[in-house]
Amino acid sequence: MPAMRIDWTRRTLDNGLDVIVHEDRRCPIAAVNLWYHVGSRHESPGRTGLAHLFEHLMFEGSLHHDRNYFTPLQQAGAAVNGSTNCDRTNYWEVVPANALDLALWLESDRMGHLLPALTAAKFENQRSVVLNERRQQYENRPYGLASMALMAALFPPDHPYHRATIGETADLRAATLDDAHAFFRTWYHPGNASLTVAGDVDTEPALEAVRRHFEELPAGPAARRGPARAGAPATAGAPEAERRLRLEDRVELPRLYLAWRTPALFAEGDAGMDVLAHILAGGKTSRLYRALVHDRRIAADVSAVQSSRELEGCFCITATAAPGRALAELDDVIGAQLEALAGDGPRAEEMERSFAQTEAQFVYGLQSVGGFNGRSDQLNAYNVFTGDPGFLSRDLARYRETRADDVRDLAARLVRSGRVALSVVPTGDAGRALAGSDAAEVS
Amino acid sequence: MTPVDRTRLPTPGPAPAVRLPAVTRQRLTSGMKLCAARHPGPPVVHWLLLWPTGTAADPEDRPGLAALTADLFDEGTEKRPGLALHGALDLIGARLGVHAGADATFVSLTTLERHAVEGLALLCEVVTQPRFAADDFDRVRELRRSRIRQLGTVPAAVAERVFHETVYRGHPYGHPGIGTDAALSRMTVDDVRRFHRERHRLGAATLIAAGPLADDAVAAAAERVLGGLPAEEAAGPEPDGLAAADPPEPPARLVLVDRPGAAQSELRIGHAAAARRTPEYHALQVLNTVLGGQFVSRLNQSLREEKGWTYGVRTAFRFRRAPGPFVMQTSVQADATAEAVREVLDEMRGIGGERPVTGPELALARDALTRGFARGFETAGQVAGGVARIVQYDLPADEHDRFVPAVSSVDAAAVTAAAARHLRADRAVVVVVGPAAQVEPALGGLSLGDPQRADAVPEAG
Repeated sequence: MPAMRIDWTRRTLDNGLDVIVHEDRRCPIAAVNLWYHVGSRHESPGRTGLAHLFEHLMFEGSLHHDRNYFTPLQQAGAAVNGSTNCDRTNYWEVVPANALDLALWLESDRMGHLLPALTAAKFENQRSVVLNERRQQYENRPYGLASMALMAALFPPDHPYHRATIGETADLRAATLDDAHAFFRTWYHPGNASLTVAGDVDTEPALEAVRRHFEELPAGPAARRGPARAGAPATAGAPEAERRLRLEDRVELPRLYLAWRTPALFAEGDAGMDVLAHILAGGKTSRLYRALVHDRRIAADVSAVQSSRELEGCFCITATAAPGRALAELDDVIGAQLEALAGDGPRAEEMERSFAQTEAQFVYGLQSVGGFNGRSDQLNAYNVFTGDPGFLSRDLARYRETRADDVRDLAARLVRSGRVALSVVPTGDAGRALAGSDAAEVS
Repeated sequence: MTPVDRTRLPTPGPAPAVRLPAVTRQRLTSGMKLCAARHPGPPVVHWLLLWPTGTAADPEDRPGLAALTADLFDEGTEKRPGLALHGALDLIGARLGVHAGADATFVSLTTLERHAVEGLALLCEVVTQPRFAADDFDRVRELRRSRIRQLGTVPAAVAERVFHETVYRGHPYGHPGIGTDAALSRMTVDDVRRFHRERHRLGAATLIAAGPLADDAVAAAAERVLGGLPAEEAAGPEPDGLAAADPPEPPARLVLVDRPGAAQSELRIGHAAAARRTPEYHALQVLNTVLGGQFVSRLNQSLREEKGWTYGVRTAFRFRRAPGPFVMQTSVQADATAEAVREVLDEMRGIGGERPVTGPELALARDALTRGFARGFETAGQVAGGVARIVQYDLPADEHDRFVPAVSSVDAAAVTAAAARHLRADRAVVVVVGPAAQVEPALGGLSLGDPQRADAVPEAG
């Protein structure tokens, strides 16, 4: 296996903007990827959803191009998108290589000159769009409110991860144009951003093009934020005992969500939790798939995921009951499988399969230069979260170095720690939740 | 350094030429066709095997059989029971994918270059020696029956099913690929074995390879793995009823599925339209781009960016072997349901009549399609998919090379003519999955006739 790496060059402009360039000549396209180190965890109380609503406003025009951003980019043949999560917001364009300047012009104009063009009419329109996004993706979707109920129960009200990124409807309705202006002034400036240009470009001319567009922008008000460090201890403020909740929803089959607070992104134990997730529910050879779906046939599906985040992670096992089966049966089997792993640890071939899959996923992830999770996005993620755009090889090493005993110990920690058990059941069928569940509050 | 000129947007120079990988084609001794596309990049090889037979080939009384058969491919081979097969795949980090579309069935395997031959051997084992054990059949069938029940609570899935059932009533495209609960209950493992024997013949299959391997290395690997199999000629044209072509007039224009209290209405609006091999393919792509095919389109600009009624609207001509549907899809806040439907029908009508495509719209659509074309051939999977589209619809080998010049030559008259011929607001079916009590009165004012009610879960049958 050749060394896993992406070649890159990084410069930091005087105004604090990190610029990374990566050459790749396979396809005559250039990817522009821009991260702002701000997400829903930076929102003020009563203004949940603002980070994401703000992301929408970034596409609606800036001082020198006060029209929507999609028209010139689509005319150039670009793909365009952005996303917001709890820790960061990203924006990207994939353009034919000749249109690099266009993408840089637009990204720099909205970084430096958004507010003069940010009007009440645009704000109202995108607020309405976001409320419809919330209806479509959460309220009107089976199990759509489960993640909100889960996060709200797992993290206390004053924790930055207590509320979902999409925000509370009441907060979205209460947000004002002034809030949006203040949010921009606080978080959207060169010193809080990382820009990657990747693809069919030459490094020095690409850096020169970035300087031409971004160097004139003033540094922001806040001191440059250092790379994230592993946050608070994983169990800080975690529920001591189990919390059982139920949510009635327009669903056909009951579903059980089991969630724990776990190590932060790149912290000790984070990679081990990914391995644990894989051994428990990654594919058909996994322990829970075999036990629940294949052998006993009491579940329609099962998954496990470590959501690695900057302050701390959360680990969630999700299983949907097969028709006629009870969530308690699923819970028993999951509990027994966790106990078994906590006692004996994974077998050697399980560790081998897990690493083979992980290593292959790393290589598959190198195939695109742009877009979500493309190489430009990975370079920015590593830069923002570790300070090292070249963290890829160390990232993979975390998995290579994870031992069966580590996984055993992490499983043991889950068994010992408090958890949230959320039952989502058909409306009017509260009795199908795990015994002793309280009604969850979501809106 | 010259400061940037903010008085105008940079004008990109001429777009770079699209570099499409050369494809070599040959026939293996087993009768299977092989297409190899050499594609530089990370050490990843994408194998894709396809048969030109999909869910449209389901027997009339066995809707769901093609997809169920495909689903059983990864449940084990004669040599390896299901979990052993997956253990072997996991050990080399390979991803196996199976998909039954309307016109074709695909089995794909993504693997690291160093495991390319081993991966192909596993793919070959999966498609030539499937186990089709009765026990696996029972389990997978029950999982699919559960899935059908669950889909009844997913508004988009309900809207898709009802739309196809209404537009393609009695036609091979009229049933959902997953089938119905009643049909699945009737099926036996022998149905699956027979379907596989008759429909998945090696002589009808094409194997596509994309990745950094040299063509002769691909050919050698394929011959080594697949060459020794007995020759199996294609059974001739598949009797899937598609030749019967045009679906009948839909039984209703407006179909309503009640979802009491829902915050939004899920909408599908459209009708049977054009086949992939239509000579107007490129004009229809331009037309669709203007109307609703991308973010900056008439419908998305109106319903999202002006009115804020929805998170987004898209339209598509879903090109197939026989005429596939034109479909508008969106989810709108419930109180805007009737107005949104009216607006969609107005725009469908307008673009072929009173409000033909404008010069700037035409330029934007042509540029977006031609300049964005290269992006679609970046990964091995995308390259293999491009070859698959040519194979699936019997298109000329240089179809992708022709795309940019063909789209560039589409003029306004061609778009208007294509709209007049292939967009039929007057016979479009409107499917609404939403709160009936709230939306029905206003829908009544749209002159679509009496609404027909449909259930969220398919009727027995």
